[in-house]
Amino acid sequence: MVTELHNLEKAINSGLATTVKSSTIRFNQLTIEVEIENINKTILFLKTNAKCKFRQLIDITAVDYPEKERRFKLVYLLLSHENNLRIIINSNITEKTTVPSITKIYPSANWMEREVFDMYGITFKDHPDLRRILTDYEFEGYPLRKDFPLTGHTEVRYSEKQKKVIYESVKLEQNYRDFDFESPWQGTKYIKDQIKDKD
Amino acid sequence: MAKQTKTLNLNFGPVHPAAHGVLRLILELDGEVVEKADPHIGLLHRGTEKLIEHKTYVQAVPYFDRLDYVAPMNQEHAFALAIENLLNLEVPIRAQYIRVMFCEIGRILSHLLNVTTQALDVGALTPSLWGFEERETLMTFYERASGSRLHANYFRAGGVHQDLPMGLSEDIEKFCNNFPKIIDDLETLLTDNRIFKQRNVDIGIVTKQEALDHSFSGVMLRGSGVPWDLRKSQPYDCYENINFKIPIGKNGDCYDRYLCRIEEMRESVNIIKQCLKNMPKGPIKTIDGKISPPKKSELKNSMEALIHHFKLFSEGYRVDSGEIYTAVEAPKGEFGVFLISDGSNKPYKCKIRAPGFSHLQAMDYLIKGHMLADVPAVLGSLDIVFGEVDR
Repeated sequence: MVTELHNLEKAINSGLATTVKSSTIRFNQLTIEVEIENINKTILFLKTNAKCKFRQLIDITAVDYPEKERRFKLVYLLLSHENNLRIIINSNITEKTTVPSITKIYPSANWMEREVFDMYGITFKDHPDLRRILTDYEFEGYPLRKDFPLTGHTEVRYSEKQKKVIYESVKLEQNYRDFDFESPWQGTKYIKDQIKDKD
Repeated sequence: MAKQTKTLNLNFGPVHPAAHGVLRLILELDGEVVEKADPHIGLLHRGTEKLIEHKTYVQAVPYFDRLDYVAPMNQEHAFALAIENLLNLEVPIRAQYIRVMFCEIGRILSHLLNVTTQALDVGALTPSLWGFEERETLMTFYERASGSRLHANYFRAGGVHQDLPMGLSEDIEKFCNNFPKIIDDLETLLTDNRIFKQRNVDIGIVTKQEALDHSFSGVMLRGSGVPWDLRKSQPYDCYENINFKIPIGKNGDCYDRYLCRIEEMRESVNIIKQCLKNMPKGPIKTIDGKISPPKKSELKNSMEALIHHFKLFSEGYRVDSGEIYTAVEAPKGEFGVFLISDGSNKPYKCKIRAPGFSHLQAMDYLIKGHMLADVPAVLGSLDIVFGEVDR
């Protein structure tokens, strides 16, 4: 498994020479990083190259790091049945970047990109139908961003007066409690010494 | 003169008995022929991924039961494996066998529900009555092991929550001996049934290439003749040591997928039997005290055990930072967890890859050109459960 991964890494690095910014193998999985402009080129290469044959798109998702300048990390997961291997493609983007859609390469990217748009507000260029997918009709905000509150902004209830379901802003009986688990206690000195000795 | 045609828009759902949950399917019909299908999902969206980011690893497990609530433990398995991979944790052999056994029970649970409700959608009532009786038996096995029929919270990182109670193995074995007969009975109702065949054969055909392009997995992929099963190709836990066959379809239609599911149930029974036979005695969770709680009996006598228990269930354990994608072969297809840990006691990000999401996405392409009455048949054979599609 590991040698196959190394071979694959070599094949990708030679085939996509300048495109791949970095590649790592950790936990028995290969991760490569590319610039977002090259995502179509990279994925098309991975799908069609005889050594790669990543014929199936498993998922597309994003990760939010609000403190970073390039806030989002876009993640593509591919699977090759022929070689029995997986690959993860990462790409860091800013909040305003418009990402090239890969729906032309994998039709199944359609809903996955819609979900990323819905959850993170990342927009895709040349996407056939970029609508919200999981959230409510006329929903506002991007729920999986780290600055979106866990409780959301609105709640619904049935109003007996108006005889319909109405939206209201969230009222909490008790504030949300987010416990801090970072203990300032670092252990007594002799324990620290023991740990140091072990290293 | 050109003939004037007008398409009709029809709302299928969100509350429709054949929609298997809350699916709003907007169909564009030309007479009775479907021209376009636009599934609106998200009516059961509960924000599982967001919630998991705010819970410790221990507290996040029950959310996985609520995804595909037809086979709860299979989902937990993916999450447990992801954490174990990040922590590089060894799972005791007995725990591996228990997990695989319950995963296969989950597979039977899911396939029983699917096969029988698919039959219900095309007009056969009896199979569902027979099938649900067996599901009830299987769910009592869940209950005896975990204390709960559905939301088990049984698979933990490093093993399972508790050992099998006395007599459970014998009862499961008894079930395994009787169950093939039940499958035979189900088959007499359906496999050669003229109406069932008329409604399913050559309906919703998926070719090999299209199955790959649309990210299909599980039975949807195997029904089209792609021999791909994660239990065989990327074995996890003790699947390596178990002998089983992978049924594969030929035509990729609804009927082939039905046949695959029936055969998979037989194989599952086979796997459960092997698990029961080869299951060794021993610990059922890792002995690493950082991850697994002390024994209940110790809590009564030992202050340290009490503190240990309290810390584990309030603060939880920390997981080394890293990113990992782990997938299992759930009854419906490849169920994956993409887990990012930042070294704290809560996941930084937990993306859930549900097989049903990709399957439902292909609805438009599957149903185009079919009759309106074929919609429930195709939907039934996709094996959609909204808990996992909407997350």
